[in-house]
Amino acid sequence: MRLLTGNDLPTGDVVWWTGTGWSRHLEDAIDVGTAGEAILRAEEGARRVNVPYMIDATQTADGPRPAHIKDRIRALGPTMRPDLTLKPADPDAGSWVI
Amino acid sequence: MSDFALLRFRDDEPHDEPAVTLDAFIGQSNATAVRLESSDDARALLPQIAQLALIEVSFPGYRDGRGYSSARILREAGYTGELRAAGDVLVDQIPLMRRCGFDSFAPEAPIDIDVLRASLERYDTPYQKAADGAVPVWKLRHG
Amino acid sequence: MYKYDTYDQAIVDSRVDEFRDQVRRRLSGELTEDQFKPLRLMNGLYLQLHAYMLRVAIPYGTLDGRQMRMLGHIARKYDRGYGHFTTRQNLQFNWIKLDETPDILAELATVEMHAIQTSGNCIRNISSDQFAGAAADEVADPRPWAELIRQWSTFHPEFTYLPRKFKICVIAADEDRAAMRLHDIGIQLLVRDGELGAKIFVGGGMGRTPMISHEIKDFVTADDLMSYLEACLRVYNRYGRRDNIYKARIKILLHEIGADEYRRQVEEEFAAVKGLGLDPPRAELERITAFFGTPDFDTTPNAEIDRSDPDFAVWLDQNVKPHKQDGYAIVTISLKPVGGIPGDASADQIDLMADLAERYSFDELRVSHAQNIVLPHVRTRDLHDLWTALAAAGLAEANLDLISDIIACPGLDYCSLANARSIPLAQKIATRFGDLGRQRELGELKLKISGCINACGHHHAGHIGILGVDKKGTENYQLSLGGSGAEDVSLAKITGPGFSEDGVVDAIERVTDRYLEVREGGERFLDTYRRVGFETFKEAIYNPVLETNGGTK
Repeated sequence: MRLLTGNDLPTGDVVWWTGTGWSRHLEDAIDVGTAGEAILRAEEGARRVNVPYMIDATQTADGPRPAHIKDRIRALGPTMRPDLTLKPADPDAGSWVI
Repeated sequence: MSDFALLRFRDDEPHDEPAVTLDAFIGQSNATAVRLESSDDARALLPQIAQLALIEVSFPGYRDGRGYSSARILREAGYTGELRAAGDVLVDQIPLMRRCGFDSFAPEAPIDIDVLRASLERYDTPYQKAADGAVPVWKLRHG
Repeated sequence: MYKYDTYDQAIVDSRVDEFRDQVRRRLSGELTEDQFKPLRLMNGLYLQLHAYMLRVAIPYGTLDGRQMRMLGHIARKYDRGYGHFTTRQNLQFNWIKLDETPDILAELATVEMHAIQTSGNCIRNISSDQFAGAAADEVADPRPWAELIRQWSTFHPEFTYLPRKFKICVIAADEDRAAMRLHDIGIQLLVRDGELGAKIFVGGGMGRTPMISHEIKDFVTADDLMSYLEACLRVYNRYGRRDNIYKARIKILLHEIGADEYRRQVEEEFAAVKGLGLDPPRAELERITAFFGTPDFDTTPNAEIDRSDPDFAVWLDQNVKPHKQDGYAIVTISLKPVGGIPGDASADQIDLMADLAERYSFDELRVSHAQNIVLPHVRTRDLHDLWTALAAAGLAEANLDLISDIIACPGLDYCSLANARSIPLAQKIATRFGDLGRQRELGELKLKISGCINACGHHHAGHIGILGVDKKGTENYQLSLGGSGAEDVSLAKITGPGFSEDGVVDAIERVTDRYLEVREGGERFLDTYRRVGFETFKEAIYNPVLETNGGTK
């Protein structure tokens, strides 16, 4: 699957395209298929996202899993500071990244 | 001659002779305006600098900073004619270009004059001497 | 240390105002991201893997308690309670918001701090020796020269759009504690015929193609320094490559045209600009130098240090260095607790170090390029009290220059440029070698980890260097040996095929075991490596010998 991601311009937060808007949470991301470019241009032009781009991912039972480790770390947070990640209470969150 | 708005910080009339390339200038004896590409050597103009009323320096991309050196070299050599920055010239670079001796600007895209005015007035005293005659801080400290 | 006058303060305040307006124009869309990027980089603001990252300048690594406390305040108010000290003596905050950055810069400006030119293709923070003003071997304090250069380089109109970043370092001793030879311009102060001047080296750097700088000028006086540097930078600005960002540093220019030709061009340019009045008068250097005077040292005799506490004694031996003034010492606070994150400090730790500097070190701290903090002027009779306070805060790891004193870049956990994580690897290595007795047995061993070829972890200059790479989507680590960023500068050599994260920890252990087998006398690892050669270590790494009793190494 193809996910559309970027950063929130004023805050810098990592965001994922949900189909209707932008979420901080990877689980909300949808497969944009081949429509990604058009959405990217529209959203960037309207300044609803900064530096958007697309990544590859696979659909899993727990939600989309980015293909590249960099994108998985980006989705979660620093692997050695679980308290700074998006899932501080989940002890297995880091192992999903590797 | 040009489609884009020209910003000038000079009192004289804009020079209306077309600018020739550096190669053409070196070969030709009577041109009064020349255009330097970012890779051209500004010092190649020095033997004939007295006949020039306009030197246009190209900024093909605003990240290409070679034109700043070209400008200062020409001012350091005593050139007092019009020194124009042309091309990808953005409002945030114009104050730096002024400091390097540029006194006219031919940007590809429109410049917000209010932003420019605020930018040019923002810094009172620079740290270093350049080509704009501004007195550097160390001179004010020690006279 | 240097204190701003009204001119310095006005410049920093104007910069805040300028950036506030640039942010406004970015948020309104008047500036595209492409147009805004160099502007925000020149105020130290990166867009990193998780968030914006702000790199605050700590000029030549020197700051006081008030400034340190401001960093702690910013960590709490605008970030997530901690900061990261870098290999260029700066501090990074990892969770910054763009729309709050102008306010952060405004707060920094109230204590004479900024984030000016800590990124971008311009002249960066001027670095220096973390022991400046305290070490006995320096000919003079290098920092007044660094301050002079800082001011000259700030918003220099000709050198704001260079082909690439530009890093300058100033030292004043033959012992190079600041990796001076691996900078774009390295400056060593020396005295000739009674006059203080500078030797200029150009063309050092790490990154994809590490190079050691060349001596370009054997002596420049203070009167000529600025115009000489103008000439050096102008030649680079005009002729440095702009077609390929991996070939755009000045080291590549020197490599391609030759050091002699570069020198010739600089001399030509220097002759052209020397008479133009670019150089400040001597009085300006003297004015700045007066801020770096000798502290009011207490010269009453000190008692012998009480070494009866064995943990204190070990820290004393490892982290405390002699001071030029009797009765004083130079203390290094390790930010490398075994198993911790190299170079990170919590806001509470930052505040504590500020307090300790005020109480014990004439209100002065330094950041070393090894990502540790130095208290430069500590009375020996205060060392035990200082150590007790540090120990209570997890800041008393006695590992200066030992294998767990690792330099590590933030790596793939934070950095969008990275190919592999560096911090978890640093934690594993430090833990494997955690026993302090074992570390001290191994002795001085500078291990440096970079998460990508940009080499922010200085791995080329590591006695043991590690480079993280992406091997078909998996993190992989290349090991290299024999680098040094000191005056015996050398570039580390890659050993061979790379390893997994656990594999490289094992490989390092085979290296250190081999070192212990073959070392002679009091040789450091680096000395043994240079004496016995690369091959014996390569063999130890890739062809480990099986123990005859059936175990394996």
